[in-house]
This record gives sequence, C-alpha cells and structure tokens, in this order.
Amino acid sequence: MIDLILAKYNYWTFIILMLIGFYAMIAKDNLIKKVIGLSIFQTAIFLFYISLGDISGGTAPIVSEEIIGKGYIYVNPLPHVLILTAIVVAVATLAVALALIIRIYEEYGTIEEEEILKIERERGTSCQ
Amino acid sequence: MLSIEQFPLLIVVISLLSAFTILILGWLNEKLACYISIVTVLVQFVMSIFVLNHVLTIGTIHYWLGGWMPPWGIEYVIDPMSAYMLATLLFLGLVCVIYSKRNIEHELPRKLVSFYTAYQLLIAGLCGVVVTGDIFNMFVFIEIMSISSYALIASRGKIALKASFTYLVMGSIGACFFLLGVGFLYSVTGSLNMHDLSVLLPLLYENKVVQAAFVFFIVGLAIKMALFPLHTWLPDAHAFAPAEISAMLSGIIVAVSTYAFIRVTFSVFTLKFITMYLPIFDILCWVSVIAMLYGSVLAITQTNLKRMLAYSSVANMGYIMLGVGLSTSTSLGLTPALMHILNHAVMKGCLFMVAGAFIYKADLWEIEDFRGLGRKMPYTTFAFILAALAMVGMPPSVGFVTKLYLIIACMEAGQFIFVVAIFASTLLIVYYFWRVIEYMYIRTGDKDDKEVEVDEVPVSMLIPILILGVLCFIIGIVWLIDIPLPMMDAVNSLFGLGGMS
Repeated sequence: MIDLILAKYNYWTFIILMLIGFYAMIAKDNLIKKVIGLSIFQTAIFLFYISLGDISGGTAPIVSEEIIGKGYIYVNPLPHVLILTAIVVAVATLAVALALIIRIYEEYGTIEEEEILKIERERGTSCQ
Repeated sequence: MLSIEQFPLLIVVISLLSAFTILILGWLNEKLACYISIVTVLVQFVMSIFVLNHVLTIGTIHYWLGGWMPPWGIEYVIDPMSAYMLATLLFLGLVCVIYSKRNIEHELPRKLVSFYTAYQLLIAGLCGVVVTGDIFNMFVFIEIMSISSYALIASRGKIALKASFTYLVMGSIGACFFLLGVGFLYSVTGSLNMHDLSVLLPLLYENKVVQAAFVFFIVGLAIKMALFPLHTWLPDAHAFAPAEISAMLSGIIVAVSTYAFIRVTFSVFTLKFITMYLPIFDILCWVSVIAMLYGSVLAITQTNLKRMLAYSSVANMGYIMLGVGLSTSTSLGLTPALMHILNHAVMKGCLFMVAGAFIYKADLWEIEDFRGLGRKMPYTTFAFILAALAMVGMPPSVGFVTKLYLIIACMEAGQFIFVVAIFASTLLIVYYFWRVIEYMYIRTGDKDDKEVEVDEVPVSMLIPILILGVLCFIIGIVWLIDIPLPMMDAVNSLFGLGGMS
C-alpha cells in the first residue's frame, strides 16, 4: 500500500490538493477563501497535467542533430503547453472573481456569504 | 480570395477582432459600440447561413489552423449539427444585440463599451465551442464563453453580483472537471483531436481511466448546462442579468453546453460506449423528467416574472435532455432534442425580452404589478401571449412540435410514464403562464388597484420582440411540414442514431 502511494506520489498530491480546494469552495463562508479554494483546485489539475508530461531522466524536447538517433528520451512538451493556456484561463477567472468580490464589498460592506444573505433578506427585495 | 472553407475560423475571429475594435473606438465615441456590434453579428449570421447551405449541399467543412494536419494541429470542423447550432445561436445573438441598443443605454448608461466588448467575446466563445474539432480548444472556448457571461450577468450590479459569483464558482468547477476529463483522455490516447480520439478510444473502452474521463465530462457539462440537481446557479443568474443576457443565457449559453455534451458523448465517445459500457442515458431520462416537473412547480411559486422564466428554463433543459436521453432508443434520434434547442431559444428569447421591456418602461419585476399592461402595451403583451401559447404547446407552435416529437419518442421507447410527465408539466406551464396573463389583461377593473402609467417600448425593442413572437408559430409550421428534417437526419446518420427513417 505504502509503495503504491510512494510510487505515484505526484498523482496522490494532485488528488489531495484538488479535494482541499473543493472543500474550501464548498465549506468556506468568506468569498476570498472560496476563490483561494478555486485556485488550489485549478492548480491541482495543472499539476496533474505537468506530471503527466514528465518522463524520469528525460531531457528537454529540443530535437537537434545531437539528439536524433542516439537513444535519448525527452519529455512530452504538449501537456505543458496546454497548461500554459489553462493558466491563462485560470488567471482570467481569478481576475473576474476578485473584481466581483470588490464590487460585492462596495455594495454590502462585507464578504461573508451569510452576512450578504442576511442583508439581502433585510432589504426584502427579490430584485433591484 | 475568400472561400467558404475559411468561414469556420473567420466567424470566430471577426468576433474577437470586433471586441477589440469596440474597446478602442469606444474611447472616441460610445455610440459606435452598439453599431459595430450589430454589424459584426449580422455579418456572422449571414456567414453562418452560407455555411449551413454549404454543409447541407456539399458536405462537412474542415479547416486546419495554420495548415497543420490533424491530429497534430487544431482542426475546425463544421458538420450539420455544428452548422445548425451556429445559425441558431447567431440568430438569437443578432436579435438580442438589436434589442439591447435602447435597453443597455437605459440600464447601463456609462458601461456601453465594456458591455459590447464582453458581448462580442461571448459570441466568439459560443461560436468557438460550436466550430471546434479539438477537445482542448473546446475547453478554452467554453471558458471564454463562461467568463464573459459572468461579467455580463454582473453588469447590473447589486444582487446580480452575488448571482454572478455563485455562477462563477460553480461554472469553474464544471470547467475544471471538463479539463480533468481532457487530461485523462490525453494520458491514455495521446491525442486531443475529436475524430482521432473516436478512432483511438474503442480499443480502450474497458479502461477505467477512459470511463472516469467520461464521468468527469458529464458532471462538468451538467453543471454548465444546469441539469436538474446542479442547476442552483441558474435562477439568480437568469433573473438579475440584463434582459438580453437572460435571453442569451437561457436560450443559447445553456444550449451550447448541451451541444458540447452531445459532441462529447457521440463524437468523442461513440454510441457503442454509451450503450454498452456506461449506460447513463436511462438515468439521464429520469433526471430530465424530474427537472421538467421540479422546474415547473418552482416556477409556479415565484412572484418575480424573470425568476419564473428562469425556473421554466430548468424545466425546458429537462425537455432537451429527455430528447438526448431517448435518442439511443428511438428512430427519431437526436431530432427532438436539437429541435427544442432552436424552439426554446425562440420562445425564451421572446419571453425574457418582454420581461425586459416591462423593466425598461416602469421597473416592473413582480407579476402582481402587471395590472392593465395588456391595454397599455398591446404589442408587447401580444408577443408575450404568442410565446406563452408556444410554451404551453398550442398547435402549430414550436412548443407543440417539440412535445409531439418527444411523445412519439417516448412511445417508441415504451416509456409511457414519461408521456404522463410531459402532460403533467404542460398543465403546470398553463397554470403559471395563465397567472401572468390574468394580471395583464383581466385584473384591470379593480378600483383599489393602481395601474402603472406606461406606454409602448421603442420600436428597436418592439421589433425583435414581435419577430420572435411570430417566429414561435412560423418555425412550428416549418417543422410540421418537414422542411428541416433532412438536416436532422444528416445529424443522426453522423452519429449512427435513428437509422429507421
């Protein structure tokens, strides 16, 4: 059992991080903490992709005269490139989320979800 | 020379370019933003009609980005289903952007430029999801679409901010699950091209990684398309967004996520996988039936018109997914589901725009405040009645056609209990629309009730509303005389469905 964990420790790390992020998104009341959870969740998936592309002992994937036909192994660059794109997407999501939180704070004076709901109930308006 | 083979890319790129043009020219003159947006979407819509014609007469269009051959490069593919979705989404996009001119000037007077920039990004994302043939590219476009819709929902401020934040958190979880599914598939096949995956995967169907990937795709997209237990972000987001964004959300954004679902289940995984290895479609049918009833019941309890329509959207997603769920067991295949995507876009587009018109004129949100509107805004309420009748399913409206086809599909599959559910949800729909119509037309004479002083909305808002209202019936007749059915058969034969036609 312990061998199984140690041999694939990168995947276990990814699973644990992902669940930590998921827990934070569900259980935390503070909106900033929710966003931190979201970030951990996304980063865990990036970690999965990055460790997917790696080969132990592999060299950088630059194909040149010196490498071809000499039995070198090199890592798969594609997952890393994909993750660059996904990081950009994650940054955009994060930016929108933080901008929304700033606006929510201006509007309600708090970023605790319970308190926002309480203020909403007191205002008693289901619309504007 | 511009040939039609380049249209798949152009449709996406024009929208992206137009987003930046709006941002730059908007600094000079705010009024330009709207016109640039209208022209762009109009050009895209015309292009999508050419593409639809080309796909149906000549065949599927493949475009290789940068000339790189798939499976190495990214490929854009337009087959009959993509072309149909593309034309549908750009049509509603065009109607919404025309409607938005006066409405946004009224609701977001100082945010015109940012609104139209985000709107163009939304259209770019929607088109991208539909045209792409690469599964990672699909993830990127789903996120472009979602992020711009978070911003658009939040644009009215106040309670919409909270709604948008909830949608953002849930939508990001959905997108991350989708990304994880892509990663799992890549780890076992080493490919991201959808066609290539569908060739490589059959050897690996027994593999647990592939099955886990499928589950991640389904759950991720189920959040995005607000399938019943995961719909909790939808009512607030629909209710508090500006009217045209509500219409786009309900009619198109959710439907494009459904498109992604159909694409993943039938193009990447095939019919064989979902019938033999992970038979989820029976469960899907039951979930959709629950969604139909649950959405309709909650719609009755709402006092706010836009929230009522939002819950009705949950119910209508049930109709679409019931069509998808039954597709493997009937000769109609995906026809009822795809049909309802267009039908729902037209009906809900009209209803949300009417709700927006009441808010535009007199800030009327609650159904009880609608007293006397039938006399004061005759054309708007007439369109509302047309769309409401279509929702109920009066022949020959679009709602009737969907229900007819769904009932035939249920009968063929031998699921009579679903027929009962469709009738039950129809009764509920009659109830909650009647309530609105009653307030608008009948409860006008009461002495104590004050009536609001309003008149008709501006022409540029009225025409989109009336066009959609009338189309509810015209499209229904078009479906009934079987003109578009060859297109649906082309889609079904693409996925190996139906077969008995």
